Amino acid sequence: MTYFLVVGVTVAVFAILALSLNIIAGYAGQPHLGQAAFFGLGAYTAAILSTRYGVSFWLDLPAALLVAGLVGVILGVISLRLARDFLAITTIGINFVMVAIFQYVPFFGGAMGIPAIPSPAIGGHEFGYRDFFLTALVLVVLVAALSAYLERTWFGAALKAIKDDEQAAAAVGIQVASYKIAAFVLGTALAGLAGGFYAHFMSVVTPNGFGFPVSVSILSMLVFGGLGTIRGAMAGAILLGILPEVFRFISNYRLLVYGFLLLFMVRFQPQGIVGEDSWLVRRIARLAAVLRTGGARRDTAGG
Amino acid sequence: MPGVTLLEVDRLTVRFRGLTAVDGVNLAVAEGEFVAIIGPNGAGKTTLFNVIAGSLRPSAGDVRFAGRSVAGLGAARMSQLGVGRTFQVARPFVSLTVRENVRLAAGRHYLANPLAAWGRRGRDREVEARVNHLLAVTGLAGLADRRAGDLNMGGLRRLEIARALALEPRLLLLDEPAAGLGIDGIRPLAELIRALRSQHLTVLLVEHHVGFALSLCDRVVVLDQGKKIFEGTPEAVRRDERVITAYLGESGGGEGAMSGGD
Repeated sequence: MTYFLVVGVTVAVFAILALSLNIIAGYAGQPHLGQAAFFGLGAYTAAILSTRYGVSFWLDLPAALLVAGLVGVILGVISLRLARDFLAITTIGINFVMVAIFQYVPFFGGAMGIPAIPSPAIGGHEFGYRDFFLTALVLVVLVAALSAYLERTWFGAALKAIKDDEQAAAAVGIQVASYKIAAFVLGTALAGLAGGFYAHFMSVVTPNGFGFPVSVSILSMLVFGGLGTIRGAMAGAILLGILPEVFRFISNYRLLVYGFLLLFMVRFQPQGIVGEDSWLVRRIARLAAVLRTGGARRDTAGG
Repeated sequence: MPGVTLLEVDRLTVRFRGLTAVDGVNLAVAEGEFVAIIGPNGAGKTTLFNVIAGSLRPSAGDVRFAGRSVAGLGAARMSQLGVGRTFQVARPFVSLTVRENVRLAAGRHYLANPLAAWGRRGRDREVEARVNHLLAVTGLAGLADRRAGDLNMGGLRRLEIARALALEPRLLLLDEPAAGLGIDGIRPLAELIRALRSQHLTVLLVEHHVGFALSLCDRVVVLDQGKKIFEGTPEAVRRDERVITAYLGESGGGEGAMSGGD
């Protein structure tokens, strides 16, 4: 049981990360390859606040969100002016800089990281695996609900317009730069939230847990599932998160498999497996249509 | 007849490295006027347009809109101030439907900044009514739920105009709306634009099809190599020596010849 809960929490954390990246890369179309750095910022914020200052889980979680979002503003303002291909390279760089800071600045605990992060507690009851899992599920639902709301707002529509054509977006009155920064801040802040939670769950954070390979994993999940859709982000995190658990031999080659899937999807099915207008979704829609008309025919025959 | 000056272009110059694309151009457009800018290829028409629309910063000179200096404000600000534009090469939001394209422009007051854009779409009856009206006026109602990326050239031209009109612009900039259209496409487009004119909208039109432009405008400005070489009525321009030389000198009576178009 414990094993399933641990896998479940990990999958849920990656679902939040994929959803957070989806706001930046999916809705706004900005290639962001450094999401793990903000995941790490959130994790380190929670780790430091709880181990050194005795701040509780319930307060260091929002702090993790704020710190990641704040650094997101700064890096967003600097890098989002760049053309998309340069942005991809810059965000890759963010990973390495962040890992180096975690590793070499003594404040962050060096290569050993920060151990002994306490478990959260409610009224004296310390979190068990089941509590972590339930909390993770609540967070996934909240972030998914936020995304769903976003899609229905003018803000979400403006991001999609920017993704399609920045000049045309400006021509209908959209301040492209500030919207891109807003999307970046929102996405990085949510990655920080995931990090804060994950730090308490793992009870230890180390620099290498938040490197470039983790960013690639998050992106692979999102692209595999379906860039730009909530169901795609969730499906990608669940399938790619469980895959190495089901096929143990993959575990050692996890990144190789993810990388291969990323390339394969971009080349043959850029909508992802369940993204908008993907092969599978079209198939299901056709099947549903057949079933519906079939049912209707039976109704008229019966009447 | 012309009312208050809405747009004033003052000794405007735009240089790209060595090339002077627009060279000291003066231009005034009054409220309710329909002005066409014509000229051979490379005359600086689109460059002038891009400066007025805010997407290009002038090297010298000024642009005043409704009495305030607006040079270099940026395209988004200009759009919010009431300058709507179409693009020479249509730039639809390809992943959105035709309706969503128009709706985005119709809701431009929601889009001014990211913090103001948290309201839900589809909750503003006034916006929805305006979108439906514009889709009907531009003949796009039947295509409203298609993806904009699936439209043909004529549809894209209409969408460009519908989207610009949805901004409720005080000044409408039409950048070669007839580009890429055959005769069959030009006629209904001309009717659409003429209908706008009857609503006393202020329009600045850049056009390669000279006949098409002259048939629509009150006043015409001719640019050649970045300089204004003529300004006057559509009747007078056909007889102007400098204009004829500019055109014949360039193309020898080809595509852009004075007799071309409608």
